[in-house]
Amino acid sequence: MADDGILEGEFFINGDEACAEGGITAGCRFFAGYPITPATEVAERMSRRLPQVGGVYVQMEDELASMNAILGASWAGVKAMTSTSGPGFSLMMENLGLGVMLETPCVVVNIQRAGPSTGLPTLAGQGDMMQAKWGSHGVYEIIAVVPSSPQEIFDLTITAFNLSEKYRIPVLIMSDEIVGHMSEKVVMRRVAPEELVPRRRPTVPPGEYWPYQPDDDLVPPMAIAGEGYRFHVTGLTHDERGYPVMTAEAQDRLARRLVDKIRVNRKDIIQLEEVGTEDAEVIVCAYGITARVARRAVQQARDEGIRAGLLRLITAWPFAEDRVTELASQVRAFVVPEINYGQMVLEVERCAGGRAKTMLVPHMGGSVHHPQTILEAIREAVQ
Amino acid sequence: MTSVVTVDKNPIDSYLRADRMPHIFCTGCGIGPAMGCFIRAIDRAGVDADKIALISGIGCAGRVAGYVRLDSFHTTHGRALPFGTGLTLGNPELNVVVFSGDGDLAAIGGNHLIHSARRNIDMTVICINNFNYGMTGGQLGPTTPLEARSTTSPYGNFDPPFNLTHLVAASGATYVARWTTIHLRQLERSIAEALVKPGFSFIEVLAPCPAIYGRMNKLGEGVDELHSYLKRCVVRNGADPGDGEIGLSGPIVVGKFVDTERPTFWDYCMQVFNKAQKKR
Repeated sequence: MADDGILEGEFFINGDEACAEGGITAGCRFFAGYPITPATEVAERMSRRLPQVGGVYVQMEDELASMNAILGASWAGVKAMTSTSGPGFSLMMENLGLGVMLETPCVVVNIQRAGPSTGLPTLAGQGDMMQAKWGSHGVYEIIAVVPSSPQEIFDLTITAFNLSEKYRIPVLIMSDEIVGHMSEKVVMRRVAPEELVPRRRPTVPPGEYWPYQPDDDLVPPMAIAGEGYRFHVTGLTHDERGYPVMTAEAQDRLARRLVDKIRVNRKDIIQLEEVGTEDAEVIVCAYGITARVARRAVQQARDEGIRAGLLRLITAWPFAEDRVTELASQVRAFVVPEINYGQMVLEVERCAGGRAKTMLVPHMGGSVHHPQTILEAIREAVQ
Repeated sequence: MTSVVTVDKNPIDSYLRADRMPHIFCTGCGIGPAMGCFIRAIDRAGVDADKIALISGIGCAGRVAGYVRLDSFHTTHGRALPFGTGLTLGNPELNVVVFSGDGDLAAIGGNHLIHSARRNIDMTVICINNFNYGMTGGQLGPTTPLEARSTTSPYGNFDPPFNLTHLVAASGATYVARWTTIHLRQLERSIAEALVKPGFSFIEVLAPCPAIYGRMNKLGEGVDELHSYLKRCVVRNGADPGDGEIGLSGPIVVGKFVDTERPTFWDYCMQVFNKAQKKR
């Protein structure tokens, strides 16, 4: 451990712990949470580690409170995060919407388990992917990343903080129980200050500052509480001054910008990994733990002489529609395995637009696909 | 021809967002006078207004955040307290004030209320109690007295109310007071005391709602409700909060019920920093 309490080097830890460490490396100094399997280890690690680096861990009364507390901390100028799983994620939806509306940087981790309801608390699922996109009411766009390993959850937690500051939006880390609980080697590297995106601060004095006057990229600079800006922010539809305006015109102006600031900047946000897609006739599109299973199936298909490729989503939302649309005119089929009964596959199908066949390989949760199941879908796709 | 009347600047104007006027409060509503007490208490307490973060939830009293020229947050229904918890723990130099209503703080936000008091989070809570949900047209709430009429208690309320001062004191608040909007000097003094007192301070403000609650319960105009407070209220500083039950008629105990000290959540945080950093 360095003098400042930040860890560096190689560690054998699980994904939940790596997520907490990624947050600390990214500069997170406030965590509010509520115990829930399989995300509890994120909170436990934070309760031990944050005080070592001068940060606050607070265990709230529920996930409604946790989500609000991180929004408040962010407005106090601190990088803040929380972690949960399905039932808690549902409770966070209310104030995820407030975070979107107030344009508040923060990071929300969902270590997904199988549902609905209490479901399988200790076993994996990927059934919250559409909830991540649509779970809070109203018109908005969100950013969500999907790590496949403890190393990647460490790295993507840093990415998530950077995106949240850059675009003033809560960023979701949509992991799963297996990635959260598997232990692997994680290399924690020292991140240079210039790799961390600073908050975009106002360049005008108090009195001239409007909290929702956007820059050219549609993102407004953000004042923090206690600096004399005397700003007002509200969950009501508001104008550039932050004042409520109850008209369809104000709603149109605000909601469009909240969505467009993500859509317009999607090329900067979206990350993908591609394996063997150049000559592929069939592409398996997968994410999270399922992408690791799919990788094996794709290799087996190649061994059989099938030109298969893997498109691994690192960013789930905004969806990589430009690239999937492009690939749709090249391939015969997309095979989409996921631990649900068909969620991201709907996006793939939409982008394929009938030009390539789209095949869902569902799994209801509790374990992962067998590679053979995905292989059989690949074989069927090229018949 | 339009005549222009020029009035002298009010001393509290600098704390108000004049460009948000006119406000939405009904004639005779008690929220405005309570807001005035809060603003005057800022100067009376001598605190730095730039360091105040005012948070409201949803409802009539929730609109106060939009009218004060302070860093102000109009959040979701019931969630002002955890939002404020994040603000004060994120920057303990902030003077966090939650200004909201009884339905917001004690019904949908009731769990946050008892836990914020239990933790002794350093904040001042001003809770307007108008005995009903005014913004949505007068439904019963967690403070509606038994037998009172509301749009959802057409036969008289049979849903027993909270005594908020008792609830909050039992949960661990270190400052608990109750006044009405006829007790403006006492209210202003209490808010000023709370603004400089560390820990969780809770001030309940009984406020007329003549347009809705008062009309349904035949309480007359706002001024009539104030007169009834004068008749019914008994000032008993140091009273047992358990004596603070409020019925549709009968005496109402007001005053400063609790003024005590215990470590705040932030005091414990600083102890934990020391322990953790020694171990490091």
